[in-house]
Amino acid sequence: MSTIVIDHVSRWYRNVVAVNDVSMTIGPGVTGLLGPNGAGKSTLIAMMSGFLAPSTGTVTLDGEPLWRNEHVYRKLGLVPEREALFDYLTGRQFVVACAELHGLPDPGAAAQRALGVIEMTDAQDREIATYSKGMKQRVKMASALVHDPPVLLLDEPFNGMDPRQRIHLMELLRSMGAEGRTVLFSSHILEEVEQVARQIEVVVAGRHAASGDFGAIRRLMTDRPNRFVLRTADDRLMASVLLADASVRGARLRPEGGIELEASDFGRFSEVLPRLAREHGVRLHEVTPTDESLESVFSYLVSS
Amino acid sequence: MTSTTPTTPTRSPVISPTVVRLGVHGIFGRRRGILLFVLPMLLIGLAVLVRALVGQDNDATELTLYGLGLVVLVPLIALLATSGLLAPEIDDGSVSYLLAKPISRHTIVASKLVVAVACVLVFGAFPMLVAGLVMRTGEPLVAVGFAIGSLLGGATYCAVFALLSVMTRHAVVIGLIYVLVWEGLLGGLLDGIRWLSVTRWSTEVVDNVADLSLVDDLPLAYAVVAMLVVAGVATWRTGWRLRAFNLTGDE
Repeated sequence: MSTIVIDHVSRWYRNVVAVNDVSMTIGPGVTGLLGPNGAGKSTLIAMMSGFLAPSTGTVTLDGEPLWRNEHVYRKLGLVPEREALFDYLTGRQFVVACAELHGLPDPGAAAQRALGVIEMTDAQDREIATYSKGMKQRVKMASALVHDPPVLLLDEPFNGMDPRQRIHLMELLRSMGAEGRTVLFSSHILEEVEQVARQIEVVVAGRHAASGDFGAIRRLMTDRPNRFVLRTADDRLMASVLLADASVRGARLRPEGGIELEASDFGRFSEVLPRLAREHGVRLHEVTPTDESLESVFSYLVSS
Repeated sequence: MTSTTPTTPTRSPVISPTVVRLGVHGIFGRRRGILLFVLPMLLIGLAVLVRALVGQDNDATELTLYGLGLVVLVPLIALLATSGLLAPEIDDGSVSYLLAKPISRHTIVASKLVVAVACVLVFGAFPMLVAGLVMRTGEPLVAVGFAIGSLLGGATYCAVFALLSVMTRHAVVIGLIYVLVWEGLLGGLLDGIRWLSVTRWSTEVVDNVADLSLVDDLPLAYAVVAMLVVAGVATWRTGWRLRAFNLTGDE
């Protein structure tokens, strides 16, 4: 059982902040790192895999620092996002080489086992240059699994996979999580994360926007009062119509135009709002959540 | 699969046979590997031509082996071999598969340099020996001197270019400029550069073995120690830089 602890970590490149004061603990089981492209997921995974130093804060694996510590790779397998591999090798040569570099006692057998797990034994003797995107992804998996690590980090592993490969990888990740391994994968697609991960960490614009299982993230959207600013073609009419609905707790016309609105049941509100607007023929110009911590999650989840 | 950490004993060999094997694959698996064969053929071809047209001539031999061999061929072979070993992997990120392993970064660098220096031996020093023997069959020491000088100078270049490869993405261009401008152009114009020129240092070795005087006023001990120090420091720094390798995604 291994745990990665990210403690008040920030990372900036010159004056661009990629990760902003993030703290999270990644324990056994499957964790999904969810966020839009450019949210800092890859930066976080790079720091969790010892390939990037945090600008401030610490990242540790079972108490050991990850930066400048090649010994952590005994416990850690990494599936990078970038596709480049040693194209001039066959799949098997590549995985055997990885096993040898780990100093495994029987590299050939370890490679066969890893290639078997990811179902690549048929194509193992072809050059990697001839592989499809999904096959490359699986060979990368095999190279990360060859030393049977307790921690597995995957950066956007589902990219480029066909549906069948996707389902297979999801099953694999689930079973590895069930074995007590610490598995973390990043994705920008909510449905992917939802299907595999018990724990979800949402990262938006470099910040840790939400954390919990999918239910918790959904509750974050629904259980607490949600504040919005609406700009409509007829604010007064829309405000009165909305106030009549049970999902809305309060509405106020802003002097500068627009409606300030507090919804108590987000799920119902998101369904009622467009319906009422249509029924009364009021055009909605803008719906903006004003609760900052929620705004990021919301705008992200809605856009995905 | 069980979720246990492999309990293999900590072994840290200085050279990893696996990295060496991957390195050889890497050099000859790419197109630029062909250049490694072409360049020495040019040298030997020229040597044959010189021998046929001029005969066994001292000046012509020195001009060919020094001007084309030591100044151009050896640094280029070292640059091709070394940059082919490190730069493409760093560029495309595949170096992460080597680095995400519990082996010393210095082992990785040393193993890669073994391949690069072997290339210098096969495609630099050996062709120099052949070219020398073709042009001065009667005086084999000239050929031997140039071969030894090529190996020492070439090995030093390899370490320098390895460091360049981990410091900048433009290692090949900067390496070429360095070889052509500093070692080639300025080295020929400014005499003082002999104190700071890998080619001059290796030439001093040639002078001593072959009893020539291509560079004046440079102690052999200084030249040899300078090459050893530069090669050693560059190798060590390369490993040190690789320990702090940043793998950033496409974000």
